[in-house]
Amino acid sequence: MVKLAEWRGKEVFRKYGVPLPKGHVARSAAEAETLTRDGTVPLPCVIKAQVLAGGRGKGGAVKFATTPVEARTAAEAILGLEFKGERVKEILLEEKLNLSKELYVSLALDRARRLPVLITSAQGGVEIESVVGSAIDHQPIDPFPGLTGYQKRRAAQVLGLSGGPARSLDRLLDSLWNAFVGEDAELVEMNPLAVVGDGLVALDAKVIIEDDAAFRHPEYAEIRDDRTPLEEIAREKEIAFVQLDGNIGVIANGAGLTMATLDVLKEFGGNPGVFLDLGGTDDPKKVTEAFLLMAQAHPKAVFLNIFGGVTRCDTVARGLVEAMRQVPAAERFPLVARIRGNNENEGIAILRAAGITSIPQLKESAQAVVAAAQGPT
Amino acid sequence: MSVLVSAETKVVVQGITGHQGTVHTRQMKAFGTSVVAGVTPGKGGSTVEETPVFGSVREAVSTTGANASCIFVPAPYAKDALLESVDAGIRLSVIVTEHIPFHDMLVMYHYARSKGARIIGPNCPGIASPGVSKVGIIPNVVFRPGRVGVISRSGTLTYEIVNGITEHGLGESTCIGLGGDPVVGTSFVDALPLFEKDPGTEVLVLVGEIGGTAEEDAAEYISHHFTKPVVAYIAGRSAPEGKRMGHAGAIIDRGRGTAPTKVAALEAAGARVARFPYEIPDLVAEILARGARR
Repeated sequence: MVKLAEWRGKEVFRKYGVPLPKGHVARSAAEAETLTRDGTVPLPCVIKAQVLAGGRGKGGAVKFATTPVEARTAAEAILGLEFKGERVKEILLEEKLNLSKELYVSLALDRARRLPVLITSAQGGVEIESVVGSAIDHQPIDPFPGLTGYQKRRAAQVLGLSGGPARSLDRLLDSLWNAFVGEDAELVEMNPLAVVGDGLVALDAKVIIEDDAAFRHPEYAEIRDDRTPLEEIAREKEIAFVQLDGNIGVIANGAGLTMATLDVLKEFGGNPGVFLDLGGTDDPKKVTEAFLLMAQAHPKAVFLNIFGGVTRCDTVARGLVEAMRQVPAAERFPLVARIRGNNENEGIAILRAAGITSIPQLKESAQAVVAAAQGPT
Repeated sequence: MSVLVSAETKVVVQGITGHQGTVHTRQMKAFGTSVVAGVTPGKGGSTVEETPVFGSVREAVSTTGANASCIFVPAPYAKDALLESVDAGIRLSVIVTEHIPFHDMLVMYHYARSKGARIIGPNCPGIASPGVSKVGIIPNVVFRPGRVGVISRSGTLTYEIVNGITEHGLGESTCIGLGGDPVVGTSFVDALPLFEKDPGTEVLVLVGEIGGTAEEDAAEYISHHFTKPVVAYIAGRSAPEGKRMGHAGAIIDRGRGTAPTKVAALEAAGARVARFPYEIPDLVAEILARGARR
């Protein structure tokens, strides 16, 4: 998933006609001063760190300014911050509005219902998890008619809106629905959505875009979540790779088998650190690349656990043998292999010729790799 | 006996001329499946694995009487392929394709349902009943006919577990890999009644994963409507806490969706929950040896 920073989320909202405060993103204190001096951002203004973590207000990542010089000082303070492990590189400057009410509105997927759901609460501006369930309204939306008039009227009622703000909500919810579908979003959230005068303004934006729809949204390709350099290389090669603390490397195929492998290793006292999911491949080169990537993570031992379906055992064996030839001696690691399923016998024969034994049972093979990781290297 | 597939199942493979479509057409035929047609737009008139290829599903159905489809079409075109099969009168479609946007799947699922058609998947290994038929990609070698039903959200982990059941000297009635995507055509709760009704299934193995609430919903169904014994396994007990789908996701799930909540719900519903995949065959064998219904 691609989580958009607030200002990018607001760009999405703007595209679909959601009313927003006047504002601009900045990357330096000097820029903040200029934007407020030339009137691009009206004063007084609010200055917000563009980080993905919540709780910015309490964490000193939001400040106010009434003059360009104050804007500069505030920007300097925020741009230096490290907020919940994330370095602040961008800030959003916006006009400070007089609001009379803070509301919560979002669209998300309800997996159990297999429907999008419109979530509304009159208690906005706080973490929605902290709001009591009875104060949150869920309306499932069928994709065929889409968002209907009666659903929007119910949302207005839940939010306690009438007159101008209710009319504003009617248009705003259409915009939000169009953004949710049009951008292939997993989540579009406004918290808070504020009543300002006779209308509504989205003061915050959280937008998450689904990865699987990347083929029709090339515009999001450049925005990426924080990844380690190795994770980045893996992504380019279409290998699922997760790096954590721990000393056993796991190469498996399929998310469920990878997780089950992890469960078993932990049970026997192992400490898995790198997970690499080959997915479905019948290209030995991809297997070789996966192993070379794994070698760069310097594991104490590696567990190869493959159940061949689309990915055939002989393909994996060929890729593995080639990788072992290419890994420099200094980066070699003890390897425990377990390959089962399609073309199992061919795969086992290829490994045996290269001096690698495949241990058929999951339990025994997991115990062997835990022992290898604990032993002297 | 079997679930969803039978000796009368006639399969059309959508995307048969692609590499996976061709490989798995061969594998399905080797399993004993009646694969009667393939479809690739623009390639009608050719033959793949001795199977006639048509340019549209409608032609394939009218010529061969195909009544199930197996979809290998790439993600950007998968929605269209499914809608085409539903409109051609197909009432069972297994979608193997992965990475289909869930917004597409929402439309596919609700459209199929409105026409009385069932989707298995997407991003799933499909359905297999040894000795009867297979629609999908589960390796043929893992199966032996028997009395154990299997439903799973995983792919390769399903093969691992079915293989373990077979190696233990047991066998399977029908195995369905439902797929682990956010929106699936057939959920545990949708599949459970089929196994309840199937006289060939004596024990059901349910393989779940962390994330979502499909296992909790299944437990709810089992405790009220499912009379056969259930052995369950939840993968990912020790996985680091995954990324959640934002705050809204958290309030939809309301504290459910973790391994402990799933295990507790299934145990409360009377299921035996294995801690590891290799414990499953013993638990199943124990139940079959007792020979009694729950």
